[in-house]
Parts: sequence; structure tokens; C-alpha cells
Amino acid sequence: MSIGIVQFGGSNCDLDVLHVLKDVIGVDAELVWYKEENLERFEGIVIPGGFSYGDYLRAGAIAARTPIMTSVKGMAEAGKPVIGICNGFQVLTESGLLEGALTTNNYPKFKCESTLLRVESTDTPFTSKFKKGDVVSIPIAHMEGNFYADELTLSSLEDNAQVVFRYVDKNGKATDEANPNGSQENIAGIVSAKKNVLGMMPHPERASEDILGSKDGIKIFESMVEFISSQ
Amino acid sequence: MQYQADVTIELKSGMLDPEGTTIKRALEHLGYKAESVKTAKKYTIDLQAESIHAARETVEEMCQKLIANPIIHNYSISLRELQ
Repeated sequence: MSIGIVQFGGSNCDLDVLHVLKDVIGVDAELVWYKEENLERFEGIVIPGGFSYGDYLRAGAIAARTPIMTSVKGMAEAGKPVIGICNGFQVLTESGLLEGALTTNNYPKFKCESTLLRVESTDTPFTSKFKKGDVVSIPIAHMEGNFYADELTLSSLEDNAQVVFRYVDKNGKATDEANPNGSQENIAGIVSAKKNVLGMMPHPERASEDILGSKDGIKIFESMVEFISSQ
Repeated sequence: MQYQADVTIELKSGMLDPEGTTIKRALEHLGYKAESVKTAKKYTIDLQAESIHAARETVEEMCQKLIANPIIHNYSISLRELQ
């Protein structure tokens, strides 16, 4: 099994994800430069955080239209698991692999802080190691993380249990105070209709070892690895 | 023929425009009363095309495929022939 980590110019969480997969979990993982188009050797893909193309035009917009994304789409259509984290989530919405859009935080500032998330669905390749309703600590670091979708899209995301993570307070309640960026319905992460593509603004790779203050994020990668092994 | 297009990208009405709101507040600090401030981005594109109609079609396509995000943006195109 090997997991590919896509590197664009300006990606900056690529090495952290590589470390978690290879050194902490112990699976084979490899950085893939965005000019590469053949992803056949991978069973899963991570699009890491960062500032691809300097966030020119819109965060994720240019990266979403690079040739490697055509290959990532092919993998997603074939049912392989794909995770986009932070800028990776922006790339996935811009490429049409996930619905909605990520717009400027309601308080227009770069926010880097711990957030609590409630796990809304465990029926995905990325959350099987959680229990529904678990409240987990995974930090954010972004300026454009304000999830927006029109009403129809939003209700279909809710109806199909595609909302996977929501920002909550320590009692597990999705309050306005717990919402760091103004996202509709406190949405922090969603999956595709087939559930094999996950986008999330918080950074699980920054919460994958005790020394980082939280290990909650590692379960996302472990779930993905388990899903791949079961295929 | 040589054409120049000004493409203006705006947030759809009803969407939060935190940058605009912040600018409005700063204007108020300076003693101005603005009812609202909305941000927009302008891109100026020079291109060759057979006709102004063909140029518009190309720029429309550019907007739909890349420059605007139809989920959150409206766009407008102002096109002129360059001498």
C-alpha cells in the first residue's frame, strides 16, 4: 500500500503529513510533484495544506486546474480515498470534487488556533475509528475557511450525511462562539456523495502525536489506512 | 483584431463581504457615512479574436472555467477593441 501526497508550489504541510503516515503510523507514503500525472501506484491521496500558487486568484483555484488533479479525479471516481486538508479542501471544492466553496473568514483574519470538532458520521473511510458524537481537538490555520453552499446543496449535504465534522464548544454544541470562521452550520469538513473524498479545514497532521497536545487527528489517517487495507 | 476585456468579479448578493464591512467601519472612524462597501476584483485581459463577438465568447469561457467561482461570484465583462 502506498499513499501519495500531492505537492504544489506553495504546499507547506506536505512533510508533516508524510511524517505522520511514514514515521508515526508506519505506512508507505510518497511526495508527488504536481507535474506528475501517473498516480496508478497509489491507493490513496492526500492534498496537504499550504498556499498553493500563493493563493492567487482564489485559494486553491489554480492548483485545482493542474493536470495532476485530472488524475486525482480519476482516482476519486474509482472509489479510492482522497483527503484534502485546509488548502487541500479549497483545491477539492475548486476542482468540483466536493460541493460548496470556502470564502474569507467572517472576521477577515488568518486564524491559527485549537478547535473542537464533533464527529457527525463514522460511515466514511476517514472516520471509522471514531464514535459518532466524539468531540476531538484538531487545530485550524486559515484565512479562507468559511464554508458556503446554496440552500439546496446544504440540505442535500445534511440529508446524505456528508457533513463529517462540525465546530463545537466543549459541551459538543455547535454554537456561534465555537464557529471560528462563520461557516454555515459550523461545517468543518464534508465528504463527497460517494463518501470517499474528504475535505476539512482543520489540520489532523498537527494533532497526531502526544507531543503536539492532541492525538485525535491520527484516527483520520488510521481510518484511511484501514479502509485501504480492507479493499 | 486586438481586444481588451475588463472582467469584474463580485460576491453574489447576500454573501458576507468581511473585507467590505471592515473598510466601511474604517470609513466611519474617519467620519464618513457609507451605507455599504462591497469589494470586487478587476482583471484586464488583452486578447486576439476574429470579432468582438468571438472575443466575448472566449472571455465568458475564461470566467466560467477559472476566473470566477459560480458558487459565490457574479461577473461582468466590459470589452473594447484596441487600435
